[in-house]
Amino acid sequence: MLDSAGRFDRLPASPGVGYKPQHFTDLQRDPGPVEWIEVHAENYMGDGGRPLAQLLALSERFALSVHGVGLSIGGETPLDRDHLTRLKKLCDWAQPASFSEHLAWSTHGAEFLNDLLPLPYTETTLSRVASHIGQVQETLGRQMLLENPSSYLVFAESTLSETDFLAELVHRTGCGLLLDVNNVFISATNLGLSAQDYIDAYPLAHVGEIHVGGHDEDTDDAGALLLIDSHGKPVIDPVWALLDYCLAKTGPKPVLAEWDNDVPDWPTLRAETVRAAKALAA
Amino acid sequence: MTDQSTFRDALLDPSKPVPEGLLGAAHAPAGKRYSVYRNNVTHSLISALQTAFPLTRKVLGGQNFDTLAPIYVRAHPPTSPLMMYYGAEFPAFLETLPEVSKLGYLPDCARLDAAMRASYHAANTRPFDLEGFQQLPPEQMMAQGLHIAPSVRILRSVWPLFDIWRFNMVQGSAKPVMQAQDVMICRPEFDPEPVLLPLGAAQWLDHLVQGKSLGEAFEATLEETPEFDLAASLTIAFSHGVFHGTDGGQHV
Repeated sequence: MLDSAGRFDRLPASPGVGYKPQHFTDLQRDPGPVEWIEVHAENYMGDGGRPLAQLLALSERFALSVHGVGLSIGGETPLDRDHLTRLKKLCDWAQPASFSEHLAWSTHGAEFLNDLLPLPYTETTLSRVASHIGQVQETLGRQMLLENPSSYLVFAESTLSETDFLAELVHRTGCGLLLDVNNVFISATNLGLSAQDYIDAYPLAHVGEIHVGGHDEDTDDAGALLLIDSHGKPVIDPVWALLDYCLAKTGPKPVLAEWDNDVPDWPTLRAETVRAAKALAA
Repeated sequence: MTDQSTFRDALLDPSKPVPEGLLGAAHAPAGKRYSVYRNNVTHSLISALQTAFPLTRKVLGGQNFDTLAPIYVRAHPPTSPLMMYYGAEFPAFLETLPEVSKLGYLPDCARLDAAMRASYHAANTRPFDLEGFQQLPPEQMMAQGLHIAPSVRILRSVWPLFDIWRFNMVQGSAKPVMQAQDVMICRPEFDPEPVLLPLGAAQWLDHLVQGKSLGEAFEATLEETPEFDLAASLTIAFSHGVFHGTDGGQHV
């Protein structure tokens, strides 16, 4: 267990950054408004070496959010017990202020597909996801946050809206929510819906963290705009505006700048956190 | 209903039609929208292989590597969410590929890449108490079993594997000439490095791994390789942090 265990028992309502090893030195020398960092759980499940040493050093100074990308909470099959055990080991060791995962699936049978795949929203999937969340929270001995996905398509069989689905999960499991406003913007654009309507219908009282990130533009078969959740570009103005819209309703929340692909130099990423600080101060 | 088996099957097989029951905006069939997931999955797995196998990619050439990678990721999707270890079957896969059969040393290059990565994520160990060890009387010293750090990997190659690594990854290195080479991957602190092992050292380390004492391992190695130089191998091992402890001389 870290010496600093439990020092940060919650994420501050301030800017955080998705931590990348190449920023280790710059982040500590010139953090700007960054008060907390988020790491992908699976990258820190090795036995030792530099990743864990860096995490140990950073957790002395920054509050920590562990963000899983491999638990497959939306999967049809039972959760991978070995993976859940690894996750518990990591959380027991690092004592993060927050643990979050995705409303998605990535494991099927013995295969891990390394992407956040979509699921239909029905009574059946609701019960299954609720039971998986319950299992995670019980194993980790803590509340988890669940993140809304970015959608490129919908399932004909869905009977519930995503926001109703999330609200019911909160109700049944007591989990919190990670609201990714870039994902909301992507899904709304791709499905021809209103992002503000989504936020209005979202159970905002249960938001423990907000994500902003960049996306790419493509087109679908009909030539309609299709946004791709790439996390490889600066956050665009309409997404910042959507963040403002959310924060006006929720008050200050921990806001994370995510940049996972074509990761820029630190000053560029730091500028995103400065912009997030501005939104939080408004 | 679109179950996850159906959704998954078409992900890694572009010849399969888009699963039914998936819709885009205004309830049009999903079509290309499903391909976003296809691209994400394939691209992310290829990108993981590129990161994991830098020497293999250098030897093969980026374009050739990127042509072969999709064949591998479709045949061997990950079996664990720990993407840091993805590609375990890649060396053996390269052995079966007619396209690269002329590059006989390529699978060993992939083994070296995989060993470097395993070493990078291996458990940390305390530094070895060299002073205490050196103060032992010779007989007691030879009775010690030596514990090898989990970050150490040994590769025995019929190819000049160390020279191939150096030629490709260290600028200005000499071209490899044909000879068998044993390579040790070690990690003094956080950065794994390949080290060329002298004759017999790989067997000697293997005997130590199996639990033989220093003396027993030495004798067993001498039987196989009379030229084995214990002092030289010990120097290499100590200077690269190969050992992290002893068994306290239980072999006396």
